[in-house]
Amino acid sequence: MPPHTPGDLDGVALQADPLSAAAAAGPTLAIEASGLVKHFGATRAVDGLDLRVPTGTVYGVLGPNGAGKTTAIRMLATLLRPDAGSARVFGLDIVSEADAVRSRVSLTGQFASVDEDLTGLENLVLLSRLWGYSRATARTRARALLEAFDLAAAAERQVKTYSGGMRRRLDLAASIVVTPELIFLDEPTTGLDPRSRNQVWDIIRALVAEGATVLLTTQYLDEADHLADRIAVIDHGRVIAEGSSSQLKSSVGSGALHVRLFDPAQRPFAEPLLARALNAPVRLEADPAALSATVSDAQRVTQALSELSRAGVALATFALGQPSLDEVFLALTGHPAEADIDDGPASTEEAAA
Amino acid sequence: MTAITPRQDAQTAVRTALSTSARPARPGPVSTSLTFWWRALLKIKHVPEQLFDVTAFPIMFLLLFTYLFGGALAGSTTAYLQEVLPGILALTVAMITMYTGVTLNRDISKGVHDRFRSLPVWRPATLVGPLLADVVRYSLAATVMIVLGLALGFRPGAGLTGMVVAVALLLVFAFSLSWVWTMLGIIMRSENALMSLSMLILFPLTFVSNVFVRPETLPSWLESLVAVNPIAILVTAMRGLAHGHPATGEITAVLAISAAFVAVFGPLTMLAYRRKT
Repeated sequence: MPPHTPGDLDGVALQADPLSAAAAAGPTLAIEASGLVKHFGATRAVDGLDLRVPTGTVYGVLGPNGAGKTTAIRMLATLLRPDAGSARVFGLDIVSEADAVRSRVSLTGQFASVDEDLTGLENLVLLSRLWGYSRATARTRARALLEAFDLAAAAERQVKTYSGGMRRRLDLAASIVVTPELIFLDEPTTGLDPRSRNQVWDIIRALVAEGATVLLTTQYLDEADHLADRIAVIDHGRVIAEGSSSQLKSSVGSGALHVRLFDPAQRPFAEPLLARALNAPVRLEADPAALSATVSDAQRVTQALSELSRAGVALATFALGQPSLDEVFLALTGHPAEADIDDGPASTEEAAA
Repeated sequence: MTAITPRQDAQTAVRTALSTSARPARPGPVSTSLTFWWRALLKIKHVPEQLFDVTAFPIMFLLLFTYLFGGALAGSTTAYLQEVLPGILALTVAMITMYTGVTLNRDISKGVHDRFRSLPVWRPATLVGPLLADVVRYSLAATVMIVLGLALGFRPGAGLTGMVVAVALLLVFAFSLSWVWTMLGIIMRSENALMSLSMLILFPLTFVSNVFVRPETLPSWLESLVAVNPIAILVTAMRGLAHGHPATGEITAVLAISAAFVAVFGPLTMLAYRRKT
């Protein structure tokens, strides 16, 4: 399938949806970025990025390595100055009002942003002090956070002895020393085992339940699918699709229709009938009774099925499957999401991190 | 390892931790710098090996230069020690300031600086803190050297007070000089390149001076170079303070040079730090 152009998806972003309705109703955007550009040398790591993130939601930025996710998040968190374009966080400009932005956001970087030489307790006391807690309150706050993130037993150990999951949890704890209104999480579960990943997901859900807005980047499609209310798919530094998970899926086509006939002998007769009704090529499966087709319009499926029944073709089973985000990504970009693409931005991003 | 808690409980615990957080007032520059100073001291506590340079170098330098040059240049090691100790003190501490840049270079490349930079704190504190911790390291080096010097027969004419004031002046100078390495530490990409460049600056600066020899014995072009060398001016000031004939002109000059270092390299360092990606 040829890659879709961004124009194909304009309809998706405009579809009625409670979140965008709320966003339209009031000034409740946590992030509003338009035309952000950042280049490193000749490489345009971020190339005209537009984002609108409603408050109180989890917003997923999905893209392969080198798509510009980290660079984008570092600009929004005021660590990098954009070369062009502008962005506002809670209405505050990320360049001219960077300091005000910093007091309302927190960042958990891709590479653990905690001090490896210090203990878990010292890390959290340090950050509590930097946020302005007194010496005594800082210790109380640090202890409470360690307790909440299941790290109390490791409080006095140097972080370099922590497992990946523990480090991530400490990192998240460090991000909420003072409750931020917006939390940037750069690939929060990359490299974690499934149990640690679930813990991190639970923490993210708890953050949102408490009213925080979360912007997370991920290269895992199921992570975006599970956590994010809305997803921006980015590739080569720009958004190529935006919407809720199901909107994105339906934008690529409703998925695949799988039909299994009661009588295999009817298949030669059913095939052209189905192809005409769906206006799509029909594949004959290895199973002599099964047929399948890619569907672009779910409406046609009901039509096609009733035509089969009118023609006297009995169906044993039928199923309309939604496409996975993997298929979405492939359809949108022409290359699979999880494959490392070997071009400039990947290495630039690492150098930048 | 960690206890397995039911996921519901974990959610509740995190939510409680979030909701109990009140937002304290923003700390000022001094408080923030002291917090970063505390962090640097903690790092010394956890990795005490990094004190090796401030203990071994002073001992080696003092013994080496006193016994190597003492007889030849001043007739006796004890006589030479009176002149050379304040000089070697300045030379050693100036040499050690170089490690500030290296340490910082290493530190900044780690992810934790991303977090610091995303905090609403007075930014220079991130660098001022470690530099203040280095002042502690320099004081340690000075103490080691003075104690060893006293054991070898060093007798400062102005007593302990004079020596303390001389060291204080040295610390001010070293703190200011550190900003040069801090800036280079941020700009330069590799630690090796930084070390080489630091050596290239420090060796002429410390050796083309009055630390080991009287400038009058030098060719006149070199002598005039020594006259404007900040290290030489510092050494003259320190000798005066140690032996009870303070050279006001030199002391003022050292303070002015120090202020100039901070005024020029401080903002340049912060600019480089902000641009660092």
